[in-house]
This record gives sequence, structure tokens and C-alpha cells, in this order.
Amino acid sequence: MTTTHSAEAPPQERLQEHFDATIARDQRIEPRDWMPDGYRKTLVRQIAQHAHSEIIGMQPEGEWITRAPSLRRKAILFAKVQDEAGHGLYLYSAAETLGADRADLTERLIEGRQKYSSIFNYPTLSFADVGVIGWFVDGAAICNQVPLCRSSYGPYARAMVRICKEESFHQRQGYELLMTMMRGTEAQKAMVQDAVDRWWWPSLMMFGPPDGDSPNSAASMAWKIKRHTNDELRQRFVDMTVPQAEKLGVTLPDPELRWNDERGHHDFGTPDWSELKRVIGGDGPCNAQRTERRRSAHEEGAWVREAATAHAAKQADRARKGTAA
Amino acid sequence: MNDDHVYMTLAEGHEDDSRWAYGTGFEDPLHGVDTAVPEGVDTGRLAADCVALADDALVSAQRLAEWTTRAPELEEEVALANIGLDLLGQARLLYARAGQVDGSGRGEDAYAYFRDAGDFRNVRLAELPGGDFAFSIVRLLVLSSWRLAHFEELSSHPDPVLAAIAAKGVKELTYHRQYAAEWAVRLGDGTQESHRRMRKALEQVAPYFGELFTAHDVRDEVVAVLRQVTEAGGLPMPVYRPLPGAGRAGEHTEHLAPLLAELQSVARAHPEATW
Repeated sequence: MTTTHSAEAPPQERLQEHFDATIARDQRIEPRDWMPDGYRKTLVRQIAQHAHSEIIGMQPEGEWITRAPSLRRKAILFAKVQDEAGHGLYLYSAAETLGADRADLTERLIEGRQKYSSIFNYPTLSFADVGVIGWFVDGAAICNQVPLCRSSYGPYARAMVRICKEESFHQRQGYELLMTMMRGTEAQKAMVQDAVDRWWWPSLMMFGPPDGDSPNSAASMAWKIKRHTNDELRQRFVDMTVPQAEKLGVTLPDPELRWNDERGHHDFGTPDWSELKRVIGGDGPCNAQRTERRRSAHEEGAWVREAATAHAAKQADRARKGTAA
Repeated sequence: MNDDHVYMTLAEGHEDDSRWAYGTGFEDPLHGVDTAVPEGVDTGRLAADCVALADDALVSAQRLAEWTTRAPELEEEVALANIGLDLLGQARLLYARAGQVDGSGRGEDAYAYFRDAGDFRNVRLAELPGGDFAFSIVRLLVLSSWRLAHFEELSSHPDPVLAAIAAKGVKELTYHRQYAAEWAVRLGDGTQESHRRMRKALEQVAPYFGELFTAHDVRDEVVAVLRQVTEAGGLPMPVYRPLPGAGRAGEHTEHLAPLLAELQSVARAHPEATW
């Protein structure tokens, strides 16, 4: 823990007061600042989960890089998946400012002790999925993450600013692919509608369980790690997506979806929360496959990482002997 | 930043088009460039050279893309994708140039998606299956050393478009070679296991060296680079054993057709579609 042991160290209550006041003034907590254990743990959990989601999230779309149907789409998709690796790197670095270790977090991921977003446990069945993931999944991620640019923890908030910019760009690229496909052949239009049908409900589940059933939300809201509840963000996503679906010419697969004048929002059906529980619990269509890929990449790369470490040690040794001589 | 802004304006116009990754915007990559071929340049040969260099780049980018989500470390994930993207960008420009000068008016996708293995002119080294990280590094070292030396020459080619593509490529390839050389030294010097894998990779790659030097005489420069890198990594210089066949003449290994079948699968399933 960060409690300092110097003679002038203020007592715990003073530190807590200072922390609370910083949060109340909407100022940022920085890595060297004192913070309560619970705050640190919650942040490490959330940031690690976010980093894992970026890395696992490379898989469903990454499958299509080698098959992208034009060189321009290939370059866009390749660059997007690369960005996700970059996002994973910034986020693991943000977690490291809290004393976590990237290698340890990776172990936790492949051992199933830390989670990643449930959405990446669904398969990508056609190239239209690449567009729909950009539109829905990056869109939902933006809804979740833009408020995190004001998160109380400085390194996380700053990482989010950069990530959100890149993700809004990915979302546009996805939407633009769908627009192009919807102007194309009947087969292409059908692919888009099919992908929309498959991804809509899982995308709504990305915001997490309903507020009444979200155990970690209250503390995160109080600490201003999180700024809006799951249901607020879900509503916002639905309200923003409906006109975009109309413009695109696709139907969102929810018979209960309609504008409610009184509320000033769209009403929509209830996602199948038992499905979300199953997927989070490890029984989604692709959980085993996604974790296994991450594990095999990590294990098959072990000799490379060991070689790099051994070489660096030998170099340091040679430099020391060189200066000593 | 407004909470809603980025999402709400999705379906509206945008002014930040500079954010599109290089070459992924809507313009023809050679838009605005004077594409007239200077007098005295043999257009048939120019087009063939562009296609061969584009095929090397496209096939290499495809093999690098196969590393996605499988790299030994996240930094390598990013670096290998960078190199793949650079090569993909080079392929696109070179195909576009070929289509302008060979009289066919074909676009980049016609070359990439609607030719068969026998029409591809890449060297066979590019198409060999991925192998382990050591193999990918050795292959990248050889191909990037050769391509860099060759592009340096091409940057004074009489065709100004090819010269410009080559000049841009030189900067990218300098990084590719640097990346491969650093890893080759690390792996050669690192552990017994990494050293063993590097020796094996050098042996696997050696039979395919010769093909690179048939048309373009940059052999000495490339051999000097390999000598320097293998020495620094404590590795033997591989013994060159020529292999019959020639990718530049369309005689490929059995590995190219499946690579292309995957690359072309969606495009060929929907030949009428635009993407």
C-alpha cells in the first residue's frame, strides 16, 4: 500500500480527507497520491478488464484481415486491430501505475481469473460483422468510455482520451463499410441485416447488468471512476443508434423498440440477462476459443521473451566487463 | 470533450479525414500524380517490375497478418502489423502503377484478387508458411535487406512514379530491416533454444536466397548485411544451395495457392460487389 512511513506522514484520516476533497473538487488522483485500498483495487480490476478486452477483442475481427475483400478494407482492418493492441498496451501501462504487473495480469486473464468484455465471446461469421462490430461494439465502447475521459484517476482518464478518439474513428470506418454494403448487391444487404440481428442484443449487454443487479457500480460512481449507470448508458446507446439504423436501412431486431414521447427516449425490450450471465460465466459461444488463443500465443512466445531477457542480461554483463577492463 | 459528440455525429459529415490511415481514404492512391510514362521507358517491363514487387509485398503482408493475435508480446503485435501495413501500402501503389502503364486500366484489387497463383510473380521465400518467430525474423531480414537495397536503386528510376514509391518505401524498409536485425541478434545471442531456432530458420531460408538476385544486382550489399547480423548474433552464415523453380516466372511452391485462396475467398464469392 502507499501509506508512507516517514515521521511527518499525516495520519490516515487526513489522507482520506485529502483524497475525498480531491474527488469532490473533480480533480485527478495521480499515481503518487494516497488512495484508499478499495479505490486502487477497483481501478486495477476495471483497467485490467478493459486492457484484456482490447487484446481479446483483436481476435473476432482479426480473423478477417487475411480475407478482407479489397486491399483498402484490408488496410483499414489491419490498422484497426493494430490500434487495439496499442490500446491494450496503454491500459496495461495505466494499471502498472497502480502497482499491477502486465505479466501477472496476463496470467490472470488466461487462467480465467480476470474477465474481459462479454461481447468478444460471439463469433464473426461474415465480413459484414467487421462493419457491425465497428458500428455497435465500438459505438457502445465509446458510450461507456467517453465519460471515463473524466475519470478521477489521471492515467486512466488520459489513456481514455486517446483511445476514444481512435475508437470513434473505428466506428465511422465500420459504419462506412455498412453504408457501402447496403448500396451493393442483395447478398451484401442480407449479410449486413444478418450481422445486425446477431450483434444487437449482445451489444446492449455490453453495458453490463441492469442497475439493480450491478454490485460494483455504487462505489465506482461515488469515487467518480464511473460517471453514469449501466442503464443510463444503455439508453443513450439505443437513442443514438436508432436514427443511424434508419439511415442505413436496417431493422433492429426488437419488436418493442419505439419512441416514447413522454420519456423523451426510446423504449426497448429486455435483453436476455440469463444469456449475459452464461457468457460472463464462461459458457458463451467462443469463450474457450478466445482464452485458448491468448494462452497459446503467450506460451508459444515464451522462448522469445526469455531470449530477449537473456540477451539483455548478457549485454549488460558485457558492458560491465567492458567498463571494468 | 462532450460526452455524446463522437457518437451522435456518426451519420453526419466529418472534417477530420486526415485521420484515415495512410491510403485508406477514398481517393485513388496515385490521385493528382502525373502518371505519364516518360519516353524511352519500356512500359511492358515497368509494369512487370511493379507487379513483381507488389506481389512480394502483398504475399509478405498476408504472412505478417497471420501473426495477428499470435505474436510473442504486444509490442511485437504492433510492430509486425506496422510492417505488414507498410508492405500492403507499397503493394497498393505498385499495382496502381502497373494498371496505368500496362494498358489494362486494372485497379489494385483486380491484381490482388482476380489472378491465380501462376500469374503471381513474387519470390517463393515470401510465400513459405509462417513457421515460428525465428523463421519470420530471418525471412523478414532477408527480404527487407534485399528490398531496401533495391528500392534505393529504384528511387532514381526514370519513371517518376516508381521512383517516388521507392523513395517512400526506403524509409519504411529501413525500419523493417532494423527491426529484423535487432531480433536476429537477440535471438542468436539469447538462449540455447533461441539460437537453435535461428540456425534452423537460416537453413530453411537459404535455398530461397538465390532467387532474389537473378534480376537485380544488389547481392553484395545484402550478403554484407546478413554477414554483419549473423556475426553479431553468433550465428553461422547460411550456405546457399540453389533450388530449381522461380517465383518470378510464376513457378511457385505448393503454399501460394492456399494463401491466395484465403486472401481471395470473399472477393471471389461476391465478384459483383463493391466494398
